[in-house]
Amino acid sequence: MGEPITVIRTPIRLEYEVPAGRQMSRFLTQLVEGRIIGRYSPIGRVFVPPRGACPVTGELMGDEVQVADVGTVTTFCIVNIPFEGQRVKPPYAVAAIILDGADLPIFHLIAGCPVTDVHMGLRVRAVWAPPEERTPSLTSILHFEPSGEPDAPYDSYKEHL
Amino acid sequence: MRDVAVIGTSLLPTTYGSTASEVELVQAVVSDALAKAGVERSQVDFWCSGSADMLVGRPFTFVSALDAIGAWPPIAESHVEMDGAFALYEAWVRLLHGDTHVAVVYCFGQSSQGDVRKVLTTQFDPYWVTPLWPDTISVAAMQAQALLDTGRYTERDFAAVAERSRNAAAGNERAQLRSSAAVDTLLQEPHIVRPLRRHACPPIGDGAGAIVLATEEGLARIGARPAAWIRGMDHRIEAHELGARVLTDSPSTRLAAQQAGLGDGPVDLAELHAPFAPQELILRDALGLPEQTRINVSGGALAANPIMVAGLARIAEAAERVMAGDSKRALAHATSGPALQQNLVCIMEGRA
Repeated sequence: MGEPITVIRTPIRLEYEVPAGRQMSRFLTQLVEGRIIGRYSPIGRVFVPPRGACPVTGELMGDEVQVADVGTVTTFCIVNIPFEGQRVKPPYAVAAIILDGADLPIFHLIAGCPVTDVHMGLRVRAVWAPPEERTPSLTSILHFEPSGEPDAPYDSYKEHL
Repeated sequence: MRDVAVIGTSLLPTTYGSTASEVELVQAVVSDALAKAGVERSQVDFWCSGSADMLVGRPFTFVSALDAIGAWPPIAESHVEMDGAFALYEAWVRLLHGDTHVAVVYCFGQSSQGDVRKVLTTQFDPYWVTPLWPDTISVAAMQAQALLDTGRYTERDFAAVAERSRNAAAGNERAQLRSSAAVDTLLQEPHIVRPLRRHACPPIGDGAGAIVLATEEGLARIGARPAAWIRGMDHRIEAHELGARVLTDSPSTRLAAQQAGLGDGPVDLAELHAPFAPQELILRDALGLPEQTRINVSGGALAANPIMVAGLARIAEAAERVMAGDSKRALAHATSGPALQQNLVCIMEGRA
């Protein structure tokens, strides 16, 4: 008997082309136009991005609605550690942002201020990529930055934590 | 045994290159099947789904698909990484426990998003078989060649199965291939992998399906309606190692059929899940179906083969004919794994 074989290499490479789906496709193409859209769910909430079905009732979503590109930080974290594939140099802030008119937060970077200034209730606005550089992707919004408005009161976003 | 029936079905038309998300596919079939069954989401006690993440290259697609069924208040849900027919088996067993009365089974698969011939190769033994990359058509061709070598069938028989199946699908709007050239023309096609020609292979397609099940008590709760009563169901698996199997027979199908009660009475209709034409011949022989049994009047998997859905589709197609009074006693078969490795048989009848 020779030495036991403990490792074999069997490379597998599979390629896929995955459609975003009808609702997400509409959301992503609207980002190119500088618009953030959601949809009313059957229970009256505005989901951003719009989903294929209401996750609460399983029914089809209702009408489309444009929401603001201004919103409130509901929660956040500060990333201090580097990792593979990272696009921004640490430290940087990632936040859940409830856009005005939406009932579900989106996640994005907060820049334009020291990371230590990021806090719950901070009012922020989207900083868009120039129109010619936008693609159907959330990266068409470069990041959010403080809008200069006074902090939102806790009661205004406590339902979205 | 407690009586359980299929009371609603829905199958999306199978298409190549669907642009819908899995949520959008599932939402359509679940809503349609519930509406046909006259059941509200709040009346469903148990949900079970079948799908495979390898098909679409993304993890936990069955979790994102939950949006389509509405998981609030929290629901009782399960999932199998298999065709929806096997999810239906789990739901049936769950209903036999007696404490739940209405279940919904759904499944989805978008085979067009990747190279399905390669994707399915990953289901083999990772040390001895997958590194050789035997794709699905090559494995089916080995099975077909072995069948030819028995002398029981010829390539003309394969072509006859394909011709009959696709012409049978002419009236089935959910099928992908709904007509066929004549056998003599089919036999002029070049081989893809000898001895299989294009016509003996299934089309690649995306689809989704859903079935609503209810117990007798469940039916009493929601009101009487047409039902296909499940008289028996069983599934059996053979060895993973292809070399350990007799590829020209399907003993797992035969045993599952016995356990499901095939011998208790004649079936007038059978829906067989045979993605490759020679496999239908192997299944027919294993089941010993008489001449008068109508086989794959829907067109079967040769007319539409949305992977993870095509097995459940056999149950749905058979159940619909039982519910419509077009069949008194029907057999539905589903397969999983390479070269008919695992097989499920479900027998359904009209009024209990």
